[in-house]
Parts: sequence; C-alpha cells; structure tokens
Amino acid sequence: MRPRSSWGQALVLVGPALILLGTVYLYPLARLLVLSLTGGADGAVGFGAYRRFLESSVYLGVLLRTFRISLVVTIVCLVMAYPVSYVLSRVGSLTFRVIMVFVLLPLWTSILVRTYAWMVLLQANGVLNNLLRRLHVIDEPLRLMYNEAGVVIGMAQVLLPFAILPVFASLRNIDPRLHAAAQVMGAGPWRRFRAVTLPLSLPGVAAAGLLVFVQALGFFIIPALLGGSRVITLAMVIETQVVDLLDWSLASSMAMVLLVVTVVLVVGFDRLLGLDKVWV
Amino acid sequence: MTGDRTHPLLWVVTGLVLTYLAVPSLLVVVMSFSGGLFLEFPPRTLSVRWYQAYWSSGSWKDATVRSLEVACVVTALATSLGTLASIALVRLTVPGRSALRALMVSPVVVPTIVLSIGLYSVYARWRLIGTAAGLVLAHTVLALPFVVLNVTAVLYKLDRSLERAARSLGAGPLRTFTQVMLPLLWPGIASGAIFAFLISFDEIVIAMFISGSNPTLPKLMFDGIRYELNPVVAAVSSQLIIVTALALLGSAWLRRQTDRTSR
Repeated sequence: MRPRSSWGQALVLVGPALILLGTVYLYPLARLLVLSLTGGADGAVGFGAYRRFLESSVYLGVLLRTFRISLVVTIVCLVMAYPVSYVLSRVGSLTFRVIMVFVLLPLWTSILVRTYAWMVLLQANGVLNNLLRRLHVIDEPLRLMYNEAGVVIGMAQVLLPFAILPVFASLRNIDPRLHAAAQVMGAGPWRRFRAVTLPLSLPGVAAAGLLVFVQALGFFIIPALLGGSRVITLAMVIETQVVDLLDWSLASSMAMVLLVVTVVLVVGFDRLLGLDKVWV
Repeated sequence: MTGDRTHPLLWVVTGLVLTYLAVPSLLVVVMSFSGGLFLEFPPRTLSVRWYQAYWSSGSWKDATVRSLEVACVVTALATSLGTLASIALVRLTVPGRSALRALMVSPVVVPTIVLSIGLYSVYARWRLIGTAAGLVLAHTVLALPFVVLNVTAVLYKLDRSLERAARSLGAGPLRTFTQVMLPLLWPGIASGAIFAFLISFDEIVIAMFISGSNPTLPKLMFDGIRYELNPVVAAVSSQLIIVTALALLGSAWLRRQTDRTSR
C-alpha cells in the first residue's frame, strides 16, 4: 500500500513498548551477561565465574537438586492433570464450569497466600499432623516441611493449572468420530483410550510438561519458604550471592545458565511441536 | 459424546485433585477468623482480631496503598503500550513482526529471579531502588505480554472491512481507532488490564529486590511469613482471595462479551 507511512505508523505504535523493554528488560539482562563474563577478582574477561559455578560440587549439587525437584513436580503435575483434563473433556457445560473455577481460581490466588497456607498445614504442629495424631494414625509428627517433599507439594499445587489447560486442550481437539470408528471396529474402552485418546493427547502432555518444568526451574518463593535452608535451589543461591555475598559475577553466571536453559527448552519445543497449537 | 461413561474412579481422582487445588485457599479463609494467638484449624474461638490488626496497622495500610497505586499505574501503562503495539503487530506490515511479537511476549518465559537481579543491579546505579517508578516500570514489563496476548487475540478475530469502511468514508487513522476499533477491542483490552493489575498487585520476587525500605503488600506478607507465621497474613490473604475471585468473575464476563461482539 503505502510502505513509508506504514513504517512511520508502526514506529509510533510499537516505539513506546520497545523503549520500555529496551531499558528495563533487555538492558538489565545484557548487563547480567557482561557481569557474568567480567568482574572477577582481576576484572579480566573470561568464563571464570562459569567455571567457579560448574566446577564446584556444592553448586553442581544445587543445580542437580533444582532439576530433580522440577522433574518430580512435572511428573506429579502430569499424573494429576490427566484425569482431571479427561473428565473436563467429556462433561456437560455446568460441571465443566464448576471444575474450571477450581482450576482457575488458584491460578489467580497469590502464590504467597497459598504457600502460607501450606506452611500452616504442613508444619510439625500444623493442621495435617494434628489431624493424623488425633486419629491415632501417627504418634510422632511427620516431617512434611523443610524438605523436598514439602517443596514438591507446594510447587505442584501452584503449577497444576498450567498442566491441566494444555492437556485439556489437546483432549478436546480429538475428533469424536475417531472414537466412534474405534468402537465400531470392536475396540473396548481401554483399547480405545490406549490406541486413540492417549497418543493424540501426547502433544498436549508434552506442552504441559514443558510449561511446568520451565517454570519450576526458576521458582524462588516456594523453595525458600517450604524448603528453608535444607532445600537450596538455584534461584535461592542466586539470591544469596547477590544479597548476602555480593558475588555479582557468580550470581550472574548462574542466572545466565538458568536463562539459557529456559530459553533453549522453550524455543526448541516451539520449533519441534509449536507451542501455540497446543495452547487453549 | 461417544456413549463412553466416565469411570467412577476418574471422578474420585478428579475430586481429590480439585480438593488439593482448593484446600489451601479455603483453609486460610477459615483460619483467618481464629481467636487464638496462633492459627489453628478448626479455630477454637472465632474473632476478627486479625482483620482489626490489619486495618489498624500503619505499615500494612501503607504497603496496601503502595501496591494499589503501583498496580493502577502499571495497568494504565501496560494496557496502552500493549494495545498500541498489538495493533501494529496485527494490522501493519512491520519488518520482523514475528520477532517483535516474540520479544513482547518473552517476559513470560524469563525466570523472574533472573530479571530481578538484573534490575537490582541497574536500578542501584539509576537510584530507582525503593521508588514507585522503578516498580511500575518493572511490573509493566511483566504485564505487557498478557495485554498483547489478549488484545491480539481479539484483533485477529476482528473484521477488517469495518476499518476499511471507516477509512473510505473519510475517517482519519485516529478517528478510525477511537470510534471503530476501540469499541470493538475493549473486551480484550479490559481483560488484559485485569491481568496486568493482578500481576503487579501479586508480584513478589522483583519487589523483594527493588522495593527497598518501601515494601509492597506482597513483600510485607513475605517478611511476615518467612520469619514467623504472622496471623495477620491470613486476614490479608482472605481479603486478597475475595478480591481476586471478583476480578476473575469480571474477566469471565468480559470474555463472554468478546465472544458476543466477534459473532
């Protein structure tokens, strides 16, 4: 049409957002990259900070624990999300709406509020332990908090909606005629699930897994509150390095590793399967 | 649909999972009315003492007002920047359009802890630590993706011939925008605005680093949780749950409006 005026218009429309993102988003991230490559004891440019991070058994242990917790949270979320999504994909509109309220309301309840609730529930003289003791199931309070179990319980509850929505979307998109065809061919319910529903919902399951895993990697609040000093994750080490130890180059190198892993996972997944196709 | 009955066991599992999702929020509401010095369930005596403690405390009130102010400015800023950018992304032939879109949505993916320490380092030089302006800018970055996603979703569904008709009848770009596009876009814009408000109002990790000696409400709650299980947090939490539920209802209503206008 009129390319020149379209350019000018575009600049006016996108410009403000770009200025914002440039100054308080891209620039701080770029600065972390610079800090991670410089700022060592002698100020030389190099991978010294990354080496300090990845050659330390303590920090490697933290990295490993972060991956392990994220993986367990992902599996727990998928196992819980699949039945709920399955039910969601085959109920009437009223039941659907009721279940959706349960799924969406926690999504918008502050993470702090929910973590606080878990602390009250799970602590040694908390609600759950008191209940179990009153029912004489246990004599000694169970350790449900300040360990990885507590962190997984808290994180899975926060991330579960992100697992349910994509799995449900993929289940809903399955053509019901495929089911009917399988039934006509004599396949029983279990066989129909295994041969039709499950394989066709796998892209949604994969997307759900990615969304949960990637978010879990960077979680800070829940491990800090439910794990305490016993379950240190990467985000917590980054905070300590910055706030208490003022080791900016080490903190930046850790942040860069976290960022790169996250971006590679998301972009790689998008190239392979296409994130927008499986999203609701 | 296919004559398959949903297995009763599936309903049991679904019920358990939904309980797991709902229990923390519900328990907090009940416990916030407990009369004892510590939170207990079920509460032995009922009272509103923690609500009174909240409403009569200067620091809680200051933090609430600060969070509300920041969230309101973030909502206005993110909504206007996001809407303008969305129009360019959908309607104009901009070079590198998909890269621009990816950039605007990307803050969703970046771990908040990473952005937080980046901002902490940059803000320290710019003397923005502890300022409302610093919080507003940072939260707007986080809110922008949700405005862009909501507004572009409506834009893609919008009939382009309406804009062409307005233009051919002699309306300039500004008039076309305010009189044709804005009324049709407003459900998308409004639901983006609700997201923006909630994101800013709830945000904790960035606020932890850059709010300095002027804590936001989530920062004050975090401090109240980290070192003691301060029962006032339960009262604050219950009120937040109610406000969020109302906002969610509002956004559901708006989505229904969107579907109606696009039909």
